[in-house]
Amino acid sequence: MRHTISVLVENKFGVLARISGLFSARGYNIASLAVSETLDPTISCMTIVVEVQDEKILEQIKKQLNKLIDVITTIDFTKKEHVERELILVKVNYSVKDKAKLENIFDKYVGKIIQAKGNTAIIEAVGDQQQIKQLLEKLNEFGIKELIRTGRIAMAY
Amino acid sequence: MTGAEILIECLKREGVEVIFGYPGGQVLPIFDKLYDANLRFILTRHEQGAAHAADGYARATGKVGVCLATSGPGATNLTTGIANAYMDSVAMVAITGQVKSFLIGNDAFQEADVTGISRSITKHNYLVKDVKDLARITREAFHIASTGRPGPVLIDIPSDIQLAETEFIWPKEVDIRGYKPTLFGHPGQIKKAAKLIMNAKRPIIYAGGGVITSGACNELKNLVEKLQAPITWTLMGIGDFPATHKLSLGMLGMHGTAFANHAIMGSDLIIAVGARFDDRVTGRLDVFAPDAKVIHIDIDPSSISKNVRVDVPIVGDAKNILGQLVEEIKKSPDISEWLNAVEAWKKKHPLKYKDEGKIKPQYVIEQIDEATKGSAIITTEVGQNQMWAAQWYKYTLPRTFISSGGLGTMGFGFPAAMGAKVGCPDKTVIDIAGDGSIQMNIQELGTCIANKINVKVAILNNGYLGMVRQWQELFYKRRYSQVAITSPDFVKLAESYGALGIKVTKKEEVRPAIEKALKIDNTVFIDFHVEPEENVFPMVPAGEAINRIIGGLA
Ligand SMILES: Cc1ncc(C[n+]2csc(CCOP(=O)(O)OP(=O)(O)O)c2C)c(N)n1
Ligand SMILES: [Mg+2]
Repeated sequence: MRHTISVLVENKFGVLARISGLFSARGYNIASLAVSETLDPTISCMTIVVEVQDEKILEQIKKQLNKLIDVITTIDFTKKEHVERELILVKVNYSVKDKAKLENIFDKYVGKIIQAKGNTAIIEAVGDQQQIKQLLEKLNEFGIKELIRTGRIAMAY
Repeated sequence: MTGAEILIECLKREGVEVIFGYPGGQVLPIFDKLYDANLRFILTRHEQGAAHAADGYARATGKVGVCLATSGPGATNLTTGIANAYMDSVAMVAITGQVKSFLIGNDAFQEADVTGISRSITKHNYLVKDVKDLARITREAFHIASTGRPGPVLIDIPSDIQLAETEFIWPKEVDIRGYKPTLFGHPGQIKKAAKLIMNAKRPIIYAGGGVITSGACNELKNLVEKLQAPITWTLMGIGDFPATHKLSLGMLGMHGTAFANHAIMGSDLIIAVGARFDDRVTGRLDVFAPDAKVIHIDIDPSSISKNVRVDVPIVGDAKNILGQLVEEIKKSPDISEWLNAVEAWKKKHPLKYKDEGKIKPQYVIEQIDEATKGSAIITTEVGQNQMWAAQWYKYTLPRTFISSGGLGTMGFGFPAAMGAKVGCPDKTVIDIAGDGSIQMNIQELGTCIANKINVKVAILNNGYLGMVRQWQELFYKRRYSQVAITSPDFVKLAESYGALGIKVTKKEEVRPAIEKALKIDNTVFIDFHVEPEENVFPMVPAGEAINRIIGGLA
């Protein structure tokens, strides 16, 4: 199962290597990772989606993260009310006659065509896991040429 | 002050008495300041020796061990010693030189990414990029190394930073927002534990190295005596509790006593203190102590429920928690039946060996025990020698058994003995060695002689990498593959360094040789030619339940 955790860390060089090193050294899988500065510039937030077989491993991951000196705190969203979002960029096949059909999709999903040129369009969209999955299914009809995802970020209420 | 001066000032303020190390190009500014710093420096013959010596010093004294090496090869030579200290939670600060900060990343001469290399074998590490940070970093390094679950901290200092100047500001206190070890156990958890204990029928105490680190031996003894319950310990826990006490079962696990293993398997409550349920202790996990509830006291939350399921976790310092726990136990459970069962196991499966034929290694250790009245500091190498030293010497005091537990580093014992002797000059320090292991850091003989560090090395010379040979005998049909090993003439070798060498080939020479070595004010190598194919028993094959004990005598 996939779990989203946020790790607040000292905003110093080498910290990302400590976090990723911990995962690789202990054989844990990172499904996605998003890193950025927070409101407090001395603190970075790393949102990590981990793939684990059982809760025991998740517990161990959190404990190991907390053990790192540069980790200030960890937030496990598994049992927390929260929102999750991911941004994607998708390159799809495009012709002018598709325009309306494509734009229709964005009545239901948060996204837009950023650029349409020749026979391709680049689309940006934001959503949670479910929305992104559904949107991608819809876009599949047009033929997806390329896909880039930011990785998940999350915020508790 | 320059960076080098700041470093030395910080070391002095941290109470450092001795540094083990080796010079080189990228630490020249530091060595120049050491020249008249009035700080004891022990020049080892190899950086690995320096790291192990700092480790042995730390384990023997409870202080932080310090080692120092140059960049590149100096630093990589330290890494085995750092990893060793990390696995056994030893407080150590390792200082390395680094190429000039503007050359980092350039594949400069003797450059290695030492913070990268050491990341997973240190509790924390630092690359100093600004001399203004050096005092704070050094202060933090000592704090992190010595508090919570201790461990090695590395400080990598580029040589230009060692020369750069700034005002020296000694930080009044350390405040790291991401590092606040829990010291006091949760009172609710302690109450729960007490309740479990008062209702237990077959309790056993299982103690590890954390008890020694925490200085909790008295509190542990109070618990054992209050409950009148049997106690067993890990390799790292040797010295937690006197082996001579009637409730002691000795070490458990792969080469533990049969009765300790039977007792923990048959228990209904395990009180684990500062131990981590390592695989060498639990054997096959799914059948480990099937009826037992587990109380686990540890300062490291990540040690709890890592291997076995824990019913009552208590995170904090063992000394505090044990003290409170003993108070919470209002009445001790009646466990006389259980004690009878344990006593029966003790009678049925005593620790023993056949004392016939050539010199038996177990006999040598018994003789060392008698001759030193169990009061020496014993360090060990790794292999059979280590297990026999654990089994046959009767340790009664903490910090008297110093052995590479987690990493199992051959070559640890001799430099560790050296460090222990530097820290405890009034103690007799003996390295119980194997003929293979001693050859891994034998160059430190030079250090011992040059610095008049008198340690005794008892080589159990069996002509084999004995522990590996034992596994090949038992599990690989005696196909001895690369386990016979030759040795130099240890007597001549010792003599060539200025030490004394004694060769012992007959049983009746064993005790006199030990007495002679103890009397002489010099480093002594005693080369005991022991039974070549003696095995360490009892033994539990790796991955088996720990009551599946093999070995004719078990
Ligand atoms: C640095 C290192 N290399 C290899 C090993 C694997 N190993 C474990 S015990 C052992 C044999 C040790 O031989 P010796 O020192 O003669 O001790 P004995 O078992 O014969 O007492 C070996 C090779 C190790 N523990 N450490
Ligand atoms: Mg040997």
